[in-house]
Amino acid sequence: MNENSDSARISEEAVAHVAHLARLRVTPEEQKIFSQQLSSVLDYGKAMEALNLDDVPPTSHPYPLNNVLRDDEISAGSSRDEVLAVAPVAQDNQFRVPPVLEQT
Amino acid sequence: MNALNKSAIELATAIRSEEISAVSAVEARLSEIATRDAEIAAFVQVLNEEALAAAASVDERVATGEDPGPLAGVPIALKDNLCTRGIPTTCCSRILEGWKPPYEATVVSRLRNAGAVVVGKTNLDEFAMGSSTENSAFGTTRNPHDLSCVPGGSSGGSAAAVAAGFTPLALGSDTGGSIRQPAALCGVVGVKPTYGRVSRYGLIAFASSLDQIGPFATSVADAAMLLEVIGGHDPADSTSIPEAMPSLSECLGQGVEGMRIGLVAELCDGVSSDVARRVSEASEALAGGGATVEEVSVPASRFGLSAYYLIAPAEASSNLARYDGVRYGMRTEASNTVEMNIATRTAGFGEEVKRRIMLGTFALSAGYYDAYYGKALKVRTLIIEDFNRAYEHFDALIAPTSPTTAFEIGSRTDDPLEMYLSDVCTVPSSLAGHPAMSVPFGSGDANENNICLPVGVQVLAPAMGEETMFRVGAFLESVAESVAREALTSEALASRDG
Repeated sequence: MNENSDSARISEEAVAHVAHLARLRVTPEEQKIFSQQLSSVLDYGKAMEALNLDDVPPTSHPYPLNNVLRDDEISAGSSRDEVLAVAPVAQDNQFRVPPVLEQT
Repeated sequence: MNALNKSAIELATAIRSEEISAVSAVEARLSEIATRDAEIAAFVQVLNEEALAAAASVDERVATGEDPGPLAGVPIALKDNLCTRGIPTTCCSRILEGWKPPYEATVVSRLRNAGAVVVGKTNLDEFAMGSSTENSAFGTTRNPHDLSCVPGGSSGGSAAAVAAGFTPLALGSDTGGSIRQPAALCGVVGVKPTYGRVSRYGLIAFASSLDQIGPFATSVADAAMLLEVIGGHDPADSTSIPEAMPSLSECLGQGVEGMRIGLVAELCDGVSSDVARRVSEASEALAGGGATVEEVSVPASRFGLSAYYLIAPAEASSNLARYDGVRYGMRTEASNTVEMNIATRTAGFGEEVKRRIMLGTFALSAGYYDAYYGKALKVRTLIIEDFNRAYEHFDALIAPTSPTTAFEIGSRTDDPLEMYLSDVCTVPSSLAGHPAMSVPFGSGDANENNICLPVGVQVLAPAMGEETMFRVGAFLESVAESVAREALTSEALASRDG
């Protein structure tokens, strides 16, 4: 590992790993740039480390509404044909994709 | 009668009373767009035929004695992340280029039911990620006040459309300031309602716990009317607030006598001196109107930006996982499905979107969740608690909307963090889910092109506090011109004496 990767909050190797998790491809050039840029954003966030957050509950939603249910009435849904009309490839009323399992 | 100078309310009144026709009002705006939008680039799509047909149907209804609604014949522009049935909706991303949604956003249906005429879709930073519209896949919008400057973002196209006089109204979306900041930079009114006030059904998701749709207008009264039309409960959005939308138009003339207003100290830190002067003039004006104005501390708001740039990317990384080339949007073919997913997303997303997806994926990944995302969620709690403490003593708060006036195109694109700092004054109320609006309040010092660009003052209120917020906003609007005149005179005197 080079010096930059050691001090960075997110190394070039980590960028490559995260890109794979996010189903993105990054070039070695981009790995380097993203490592620097993402590290500087994460560094900015370091300010939060000064806070004592031990007893603070997390907030994932500002206005919690629980068990939101609609009345159990039949209503029109999306039409299959309209939905398939905007699909990249459709066949026999289904979305068509390339092979999911490799052929052996 | 010139339809171009009218407010939305005046225009609707004139059309409902057959003083002018909706078709002529819409034609006038379309011709402005055709003449001047080449240099501003507020629109990514202008709907000439659809708009004229909708206007003709408004005129027919008026002629037969029907009431087409409070926005009868009023031209409106929509940010291109709002789904319009059968009309391309792109989020200004290659990955959705040409996609025609099979459904309509609730706000769009409500606008049509109120008689409004959609004239086009406006430019935005790709998937609403940005503060300048420079991240759009379809080009940068220019600030109508100075074409070398950005209009702000991400709803920069909508803000510019209203500022340029193309439409009296527009809709945008605000996740961390994307309505308020471009409103400030373009000198128009921009409102982020309480989270849940306006249905998000049909708004293409960026960060679901933060996204809110809201109005742009040339006046506070027009913004109030537009919010009344689009707001209120929607069963299609499970986060929609069940309470009815209050009447905002009624509270506009009530003044600020007896109100307690706090100036948020932390949000004034580090803003440029011209913006700070306008904000302190706004405080003085509010005091002059009979309000008690005091400085107030909302300590955790200092950490707003840190928390926001973990929470919003984390939610985005999850929301944008749906763009996989399978069901809609772009597909880049490859030998197997995973390779197809990767090829599609790599070719379809722009650089900033990739950056945020990766930041969010990292913040949520094993081993880092507690240190980043988990911590940000706790800071969000502190911000809400600190705001609520402030609202025990104050009815509303004020702050700058943006730390600076509009900046030069290209000046912040090399450093993502510097661009993110544009949102420092707006993200705290986004994280809290509280309403906030930007009201034009004078202009800044002359820039390099010797142009004094608009400044916005931000009015913040507690959750569901839109009535109070609009009351304060309307008061600031009513005094803005005379305050600006006085400030100009005293600055001129000071420079002569100096």
